[in-house]
Amino acid sequence: MGAIYILWLRELKRYVRSRVQIVVSLGQPCLYLVALGFGFGPVFKQAGQGSYLQFMAPGVIGMTVLFSSVFSGIAMLWDRQFGFLKETLVAPVSRLQIMAGRTLGGATVAIIQGVLILVICLVAGFRPQSWTALPFAFLFVVLIAVVFAALGTGIGSVLEDMQGFQLVMNFLVLPIFFLSGALYPLTNLPTAMAVIVRLDPLTYGVDGLRGALVNTWQFSPALDLAVLVALACVFLGSGAYLFSKIEA
Amino acid sequence: MIRVQNLVKTFGDFTAVKDISFDVGQGEIFAFLGPNGAGKTTTIKMLTTLLHPTSGSIRLDGLDPTVKTKEARQRFGIVFQDPSLDAEQTAYENMDLHGVLYHVPRKLRAERIELLLRTFELWERRDSYVKTFSGGMKRRLEIARGFLHTPAILFLDEPTLGLDPQSRNQLWTHVKRLNETEKTTVFLTTHYMDEADRVAHRIAIMDHGSIIAVGTSAELKQQTGAESLEEAFLALTGSSLRDESADSNDRLRQITKMWKR
Repeated sequence: MGAIYILWLRELKRYVRSRVQIVVSLGQPCLYLVALGFGFGPVFKQAGQGSYLQFMAPGVIGMTVLFSSVFSGIAMLWDRQFGFLKETLVAPVSRLQIMAGRTLGGATVAIIQGVLILVICLVAGFRPQSWTALPFAFLFVVLIAVVFAALGTGIGSVLEDMQGFQLVMNFLVLPIFFLSGALYPLTNLPTAMAVIVRLDPLTYGVDGLRGALVNTWQFSPALDLAVLVALACVFLGSGAYLFSKIEA
Repeated sequence: MIRVQNLVKTFGDFTAVKDISFDVGQGEIFAFLGPNGAGKTTTIKMLTTLLHPTSGSIRLDGLDPTVKTKEARQRFGIVFQDPSLDAEQTAYENMDLHGVLYHVPRKLRAERIELLLRTFELWERRDSYVKTFSGGMKRRLEIARGFLHTPAILFLDEPTLGLDPQSRNQLWTHVKRLNETEKTTVFLTTHYMDEADRVAHRIAIMDHGSIIAVGTSAELKQQTGAESLEEAFLALTGSSLRDESADSNDRLRQITKMWKR
């Protein structure tokens, strides 16, 4: 347990100490919120869908958590490069514990980022259906964070250099975000699109967040929860397996 | 303390380590010398559980590291050829993290960290981030960290690479002292013959994956009729140059160097 705790703490310390990174990583969601939220607002309203800010704020929170948690896993590339990874790999501790500490640390950082963005959304004029909905929304933030931090750890275990990082960004993380329904409603989509969207894990996270915060459900809370919990188990399991296969 | 028999490691059709055998006694300082690509680092990686041997047997303090991996890891410390510190944490935090990973109890951990940081003259800088340290200080911190869990064996893979003579000199003085006070067996590789000559009790010379000579510095000189260890080394290994191919980590490192400029 000590090993998990100390590695979790390390991720948190790194986050708190890099103030520039905090600002930068919050900047992007803010841009989406302002540029898209206020930019598309009038069109969205004319289409009879109400306030776009209300609609997209949960999506932007989901995006923040997605990016932050996947990055924490891929940050393993830096640890590999600066050698710290090796220090943990020869320690008399099981790989599972090391993976768990890193992943939970990354997930915790992502959760903090998500909560910060929620606060920014509130400042920008977003209003949840009721304040008691917040704990339920928080549950979805946690699930999204764990699912994608585990995915990130798995990817980070396999990647060997920075080219791979670009590949993951362009062909995995961005599609996951854009195909998740974070920015648009999932009703009346073309069939092919409707299928793809349902294969995207983040779709269920965003739906859960949106349902909890503004009571607009595409699926049911039970389905969203079930899919996310199942994916968390699968990704944690496969992430732990891939991590255990790293040879220094 | 270390017993290696008929150890072999092949990568595809390339044999990096060809059937080597040697013994290192308790409390001994044993140096592994050899040109680049001779198989020194591959051997250390197998001894320290980072690579699985193709065949042959290894015993560390009587344990087979391929079977009793965790127990074996608890018994050795290692300083890698490349740095392995967390630059974003302080010296003390790096030591503490290591202590937790190696199950050193809290009270003992605090005592050992203070003792070792004082020994390696880093105590005053314990709360500075490692990224602010010079190359020599980082090396000292890594070696201090290697001793933290009182290992029976300490592996040092080219620990003095890129250090100035002052740092090298001081570093070996500390290692020798701890070898005497804590009875730690030390297994090292280096390219500096004068260091091996001064520090090591026994020396093995490796080339093209095989051990071609083992003995004390005096024995090696006598065997080749050489004046210095360096001459003996060149007489045994020839004077042609060796090239190592770069692995993905080296490439990654080059890319970051480009970015930093």
